[in-house]
Amino acid sequence: MELETQRAILETLEQDARTSPEQIADMLGVDADQVRETIRQMEASGIIRRYKTVIDWDRFGEERVFAFIDVKVSPAREVGFDDVAERIYRFPQVHAVYLVSGDHDLRVIVSGRTMKEIAAFVAERLAPLDRVQATYTQFVLKRYKEDGEVYAETDTDRRLVVTP
Amino acid sequence: MKPLSQAVRAVPPSGIRRFFDIAAQLEDCISLGVGEPDFVTPWHIREAAIWAIEKGFTTYTSNYGLFSLRQRIASHLKARYGLEYAPENEILVTVGVSEGLDIAMRALLNPGDEVIFFEPSYVSYPPCVMFAGGVPVPVPTDYRNGFQPDVEQVRRAITPRTKALLLCYPNNPTGTVASREVLHELVRLAVEHDLYLISDEIYDRLVYETEHTCVAALPGAAERTILLGGFSKSYAMTGWRIGYACAPAPVIEMMMKVHQYTMLCAPIAAQKAAEEALERGEPEVERMRREYDRRRRLIVKRLNEIGLECVPPQGAFYVFPSIRCTGLSSEEFTERLLWEERVAVVPGNVFGSSGEGHVRLSYATSLPKIEEALHRMERFVTRCRG
Repeated sequence: MELETQRAILETLEQDARTSPEQIADMLGVDADQVRETIRQMEASGIIRRYKTVIDWDRFGEERVFAFIDVKVSPAREVGFDDVAERIYRFPQVHAVYLVSGDHDLRVIVSGRTMKEIAAFVAERLAPLDRVQATYTQFVLKRYKEDGEVYAETDTDRRLVVTP
Repeated sequence: MKPLSQAVRAVPPSGIRRFFDIAAQLEDCISLGVGEPDFVTPWHIREAAIWAIEKGFTTYTSNYGLFSLRQRIASHLKARYGLEYAPENEILVTVGVSEGLDIAMRALLNPGDEVIFFEPSYVSYPPCVMFAGGVPVPVPTDYRNGFQPDVEQVRRAITPRTKALLLCYPNNPTGTVASREVLHELVRLAVEHDLYLISDEIYDRLVYETEHTCVAALPGAAERTILLGGFSKSYAMTGWRIGYACAPAPVIEMMMKVHQYTMLCAPIAAQKAAEEALERGEPEVERMRREYDRRRRLIVKRLNEIGLECVPPQGAFYVFPSIRCTGLSSEEFTERLLWEERVAVVPGNVFGSSGEGHVRLSYATSLPKIEEALHRMERFVTRCRG
């Protein structure tokens, strides 16, 4: 299958993972079996890692606290920052870990049910790690947009129902 | 009271109105009847307009439009179609193509002059010709050859009073893209009979699996063509009301005269937004075009499966399937579909009598809505045929 079509399949699934191979085939003007096979291959090779759902937990009524934690780490010979990053990302409450340029080395995104829970995680798990020199925690106060999803508003169609 | 204007009374009221009124009062109605993009204007364009307003761009502009915008339009048309229009006197920024069409007619026509156009056609064409004192002369096109214009039929429709030939490709309502060869022949015919060409190319950027042919760029066309273009469809900017007309200087001067005394100029903030669109809007145009293309393929395939035959259209965001299998007229189909399944479409006959037996569906609607609408239509068609 052409690279351009493969990209189109990925983009479609990235927008809506529930789009069926038949729908994708119709939209791209290709064969459904081919789409199915391409998706299977891309799943097998790890290009498609998995399928997730975007959930607005606030609307569900469940509070979740997020924090960005900048971590200063002294690098080690051979491994740089990798081993520390690994020790951090293995905690399930850690959403993301990045090595970043600037004042700090790692940026960690952590979630918890309460601020206290996150504070405890930083004090008991993160800060005491070998080679972690300092942590700098910022709690998220409001989420406007995440992973391309805008949470503040729901789109309304302002167009007239029938126009020439 | 004395009677109102005869010229205005002579124009029949809009055929869409009745369905609009029904659709507007129905809850849970899915509309495939909308003739504008479902995208909002890309943010960078809106943001540029906000900035312009903050900076105090709140005045009139030159009657022709901002010179900087005309320059951008000129270089855009040169890059895309190889056209050479002078921003000084061959480009006029209009309040949408709608205004461009109106003043083109008023600049060209003497009372009784005939304007040939193809049906099914955009609903404004006959009224605009009539308001300018002209006589609209429809030439029907046929579903069986994909609504392609027929040159011989045009030849037969030409009389000594014929002044202009009005073209609209990609077409509203059929989505047809006229082939380059046919357009070429139409230009030759116009040269042969010394006709003006008015080419409404508002959908030029929305073509699929083909290239747009700009009429003005065909050999011999530029000197007799009024090219009408705009931002509404390509950049999802319908509400901004910005279009442009390009033509030889003497024609633009005449159009400008009408524009100057009636419209004065297009709104400045919208002109600034249009500049931004031309400057940096290309990726968004392509993004939206690709999305329309996906919906187009899906809707065409599903309609044919349901039994509403349609030739895959190559432009705009409309499909114009035949509803003959239901045995209903366009208006019956539309009204019953509205009441029974709450799906709004536009009956084909409002676009001229050759549109009878068809309905217009717009795929400028989100995919889930299109799918739900098609599901409902399938139920409806099955019932009609059963």
